[in-house]
Amino acid sequence: MSDATTDAPVTFTTKRRKTRINSSAVVMTLYLLFLLLPIYWLLNMSLKTNTEILNSFTLFPRDLTFANYATILTDPAWYLGYVNSLIYVTMNTVISLAVALPAAYAFSRYHFMGDKHLFFWLLTNRMAPPAVFALPFFQLYSSVGLFDTHIAVALAHCLFNVPLAVWILEGFMRGVPKEIDETAYLDGYGFGRFFVKIFMPLIASGIGVAAFFCFMFSWVELLLSRTLTTVDAKPIAAIMTRTQGASGVDWGVLAAAGILTIVPGALVIYFVRNYIAKGFALGRV
Amino acid sequence: MEKTVNQKAWFLVLPVLLLVAFSAVIPLMTVVNYSVQDTFGNNQFFWAGLEWFSEMLESDRMWNALGRQLMFSGIILAIEVPLGIFVALNMPKSGVWSSLCLVLMSLPLLIPWNVVGTIWQIFGRVDIGLLGYTLDALGIDYNYTQDTLAAWITIIVMDVWHWTSLVALLAFAGLKSIPDAYYQAAKIDQASRWKVFRYIELPKMTGVLMIAILLRFMDSFMIYTEPFVVTGGGPGNATTLLSIDLVKMALGQFDLGPAAAFSLMYFLVILLISWVFYTVMTTLDKRES
Repeated sequence: MSDATTDAPVTFTTKRRKTRINSSAVVMTLYLLFLLLPIYWLLNMSLKTNTEILNSFTLFPRDLTFANYATILTDPAWYLGYVNSLIYVTMNTVISLAVALPAAYAFSRYHFMGDKHLFFWLLTNRMAPPAVFALPFFQLYSSVGLFDTHIAVALAHCLFNVPLAVWILEGFMRGVPKEIDETAYLDGYGFGRFFVKIFMPLIASGIGVAAFFCFMFSWVELLLSRTLTTVDAKPIAAIMTRTQGASGVDWGVLAAAGILTIVPGALVIYFVRNYIAKGFALGRV
Repeated sequence: MEKTVNQKAWFLVLPVLLLVAFSAVIPLMTVVNYSVQDTFGNNQFFWAGLEWFSEMLESDRMWNALGRQLMFSGIILAIEVPLGIFVALNMPKSGVWSSLCLVLMSLPLLIPWNVVGTIWQIFGRVDIGLLGYTLDALGIDYNYTQDTLAAWITIIVMDVWHWTSLVALLAFAGLKSIPDAYYQAAKIDQASRWKVFRYIELPKMTGVLMIAILLRFMDSFMIYTEPFVVTGGGPGNATTLLSIDLVKMALGQFDLGPAAAFSLMYFLVILLISWVFYTVMTTLDKRES
């Protein structure tokens, strides 16, 4: 009797779990399909000739061509856009991390006058709409002679990336027990040596995540980088908006350029996969 | 963690303070400056007091843009939050499949915003886009450059495509923090799937969900590039959201005064939401320790 009563629920739950896993798989497949279909379409287009794009409707390239990629990688007007983007994005990441590391340490370890207000004020800058800042930035950087330089865009992106880096790093640093600091100071370490030799290796993953997010948000932003550049530092994203020539839009090249902008993120995403939520949520989660 | 009082910590935050002050305070002061002055060209400015503010508050233009903006943010939240939770509940908890889902779901988040716009602009075209072509073949009249409803549906589906994964990833992080013992207890009580969700999973997710909702609200509230690339604010002004209208006013028409007044009011709303966000974050931090 007792066997029968204990057996019944068990078979019931295993059976239910099995069906649930299956339905989960269906849901996830549908969702991932929805996410990947538009990206696939772009990839598909980038491997076709313009004639094929415009004259026939094909689900995969019949006439496989890499000419669109060749156009971008050999024409300086195109590939310099990538170089420009990479230069200002790297500069921005380095600057953001360099100033954010000590600040995040201060916020995670100490109370000081106005700390809460400062932390909140940083957050408001992460939330500030770039549209509000576009015109003043244009005037500010023109007046100091930095218009159309990489450093101007890098500094402008600090507006939202420095607060982001401070918040993310603070989130990671609070997880490191304070006793480690105290022991190191007792052992005769100075602040600088302790920070570089002991503390930074401990939060290495946090630094990696912060760097990734600084890189990414600077990479995906267009409004400010477009407003602040004309020729010399023009980012790839802005060059893409100019594919309209006399003979109409060069769809194949546009698609190839789009695919190439996805590559940097796609290359490193595997390493940060477990921290994506934490990074977007400013180090909390 | 107990923090000690140390005023010297100010030296550590000083670089951040200077840098952010340079890129936030100076531009913001320029905006304030423009908002209270008028010009007849030649860099001759006159004190205009609060004229621009009252003009903006009385004009339909700003209120219409705000209305469209609130509608947009409301709709995308109503879709993305439930959908994100639903996806998170169906994600594999561990193993290779879990990693694969995480990687694939993050892809749209890492695409430059104008490329997101371009992808959907192409995808929805009746002549060369998969979506537009399919709808057309099914006999559905779909043209996002002419038809208001189609334009709205396109930018909403685009935003759902772009950002639902963020809600899902955050909700998933919340779900993963639930110890197995909770589920075992529920199984002993023979709790239904709905009750497990309502009394175990949802309470554990409230914190991260609050963050997700606020982040999505903020970011959708200042969205510019994606809808601009797809519809350019059109047809007419049908999809001219706040940021698009502001850029049109400031950089397109160079109406500095009204644009500055607009900016400041926009910024006040942002400030208010940031404060709510900050309060939620600090309560979460307290609960954690």
